[in-house]
Amino acid sequence: MNEKNALLIESAFKEYYFNRFDLIHVPQKATQREFGYQKFNSGMTRHLVVKNDKELHLMLMKEVPSDVYCSNAYYSFPNLPMSEKDWKGADLIFDIDAKDLALPCRKDHTIFKCSSCGISATEFQSQCTKCGSGKFETASVACKNCMLESKKEVTKLVDILTTDLNVQKEQIETYFSGNEGFHVRVTNTDYEPLGSQERADLVDYIMFNGAIPESFGIKRQDNSKSLLPTFDEKGWRGRVARKLFSSKSKVPKVTREIIASGYSAFQVQLEEIKKTMGVRVDPKVTMDIHRIFRLEGSINSKSGLVKLQCGDLDSFDPFLEACLLGNDDVQIMADCPLQIRLKNKKFGPYKNEIVSLPKYAAVYMLCKGLGNAI
Amino acid sequence: MLKIGVKDLAKYPFLTEAGEYLRNTGLSLEQLGHPDWQPIVEKAYGRIVVASSGQIYGSDLESLDNDSELLSFIVAIILLKSAGMTTLIRRFSLAESRRAERYLQQDLWVSRDKKNLELPLKIIQDLFAVNVSIDNEDFVIKVPDYLHRAIHFHEKEWKLVNRRVTNGLVYLSAHETVRLIRAELGEYINSRIQSVNVDSIPSSFRQRVDDLVSLAKKFSDTTYVSSEYPPCVKHGIEVLEKGENLPHSGRFLLATYLLSKGQTVDQIAPLFKNAPDYNERTTKYQLDHISGSSGGGTKYQCPSCEKLRSESLCFAIPDCDGIINPVQFGKKRKNP
Repeated sequence: MNEKNALLIESAFKEYYFNRFDLIHVPQKATQREFGYQKFNSGMTRHLVVKNDKELHLMLMKEVPSDVYCSNAYYSFPNLPMSEKDWKGADLIFDIDAKDLALPCRKDHTIFKCSSCGISATEFQSQCTKCGSGKFETASVACKNCMLESKKEVTKLVDILTTDLNVQKEQIETYFSGNEGFHVRVTNTDYEPLGSQERADLVDYIMFNGAIPESFGIKRQDNSKSLLPTFDEKGWRGRVARKLFSSKSKVPKVTREIIASGYSAFQVQLEEIKKTMGVRVDPKVTMDIHRIFRLEGSINSKSGLVKLQCGDLDSFDPFLEACLLGNDDVQIMADCPLQIRLKNKKFGPYKNEIVSLPKYAAVYMLCKGLGNAI
Repeated sequence: MLKIGVKDLAKYPFLTEAGEYLRNTGLSLEQLGHPDWQPIVEKAYGRIVVASSGQIYGSDLESLDNDSELLSFIVAIILLKSAGMTTLIRRFSLAESRRAERYLQQDLWVSRDKKNLELPLKIIQDLFAVNVSIDNEDFVIKVPDYLHRAIHFHEKEWKLVNRRVTNGLVYLSAHETVRLIRAELGEYINSRIQSVNVDSIPSSFRQRVDDLVSLAKKFSDTTYVSSEYPPCVKHGIEVLEKGENLPHSGRFLLATYLLSKGQTVDQIAPLFKNAPDYNERTTKYQLDHISGSSGGGTKYQCPSCEKLRSESLCFAIPDCDGIINPVQFGKKRKNP
């Protein structure tokens, strides 16, 4: 990132961190966690211990990081190198990102920026129309539908956590990630000691990965209807039954069809169910038991929006509630071929023009690579 | 308090209660040296011989003298410790754990209707800290307890997604419950044997101790280890070579690795003949399954370095830098 852009963003971040100490807290068991941060145009600093809110606020004011992280794991010695930390357990974490959901709306709000000459386009092209380069960077801007679909995944996840895995609602914290998705954190002591492989299997359960027909009563031969899942069953068997039969009156007919179609056809049906009913989380995040994860209350430098806990998920509007940088006008050179909506105001499209924007919108464009400070 | 009878102790002679029972009888090691007790020494020796051949020692608990069943286990340990052959101890622990597994499964199954599950559930709870409870026809355990153990199985049916899961509990049959703790049962019995100290033995034991030393030598066949094998595979081969028990995950690694290197099932099978529980037919069947020539036709891939690390089967050396799967060893090396 060029120096001027970094300075502008940094000053906006500093202002937020200075004014909103009320939103920035260390998580529970802070002294056992590893903290880390990144500064603009600089590498990652990690293996830090931040004991309390006061120390955190001091660090934010002193360093003005672009991104702040905190481990989901607990250690005896969080500030020592990884092999000496003495891992004690970790919260279960989930990352739901709109970009992983293969949504049809993505093409409507993705901007392709030529890495060579910087010209922007809203349609994918194999070569830049201006300089002929084949390298592009992509930026995706705020989209209501992406948030809506991501929220649906969160709802599916919370349902499985509470009904199948006995996690209490109070043990689930849902956060807007600060860019295009949601983070979910589970603080349930039963799941804390799970290692990476155990979490990988747990995440497969949540995503409905690896289900075999035999588990749902379909064998390679000699199938009988008595083994098929029923409507009222709990867990995945019940979910699969409700999806397959759609209503109790259709059970006899659909059962006959399933048995007649056989093993391979049922396997295909399970794959289809996985696509619609499995929760689309990023498995790597849940499996990683040494990860430092974005700290709630901190700003995401990919957008200038804040990672914020959602009170009521359905009504939560991240582009209003998590857009917390200043309102003062700043001038930037904007090159944003799509209109964006932040804090219920519309901005753009701008075609390489100098515009005066509220700081939150200017920083958003700079973070997305859709403008430059002047 | 749960009352454990001598018949129970004959089934589970590794329980601490077995030691207490013997102390109460007032029988000493010197007394066992008396010729009257020679049949017990012979029975103990036979128990070890059966175990070392990979068979499970069978007891007829209804008609036999349960005291001698229990005593033969204790004397077997004394003989094994005096002979000091790790190979035999490993084989014996494994066979005894299979034997206990059989009884545990029977007790869970039979007691399920009679609701007299106190003993089998107590054994599982005390030895492995797993709380198993009953829900109608099924045994249920907490999801995390299940995951800790099930991740060591490669068959898809053990994946959590293929289990009935409700309210944080996994539903299992008696057979599955016992299968889940199999590895720990073997480790537990082995650790119990390792913890026993034998200073001196009656002279009447001497001959059988010498016989055990000769028996152990039979299992020390050596296998050629190629220097091109990655350290995890070498380790697996070495463990088998010593006649020690390589966990299922380690055997799976060896099989998938060697298959990926173009070896055939017939070439690989002899490698396992030193395993304490070796059975030619079973080995062949499992290798065929892994190679995809039987079963569902799935050809299993060699597990990743990450998976092996999590199973404590990784013994990385500098040459392993930059690889993520043992099959890459030797191919993908850092530039000098």
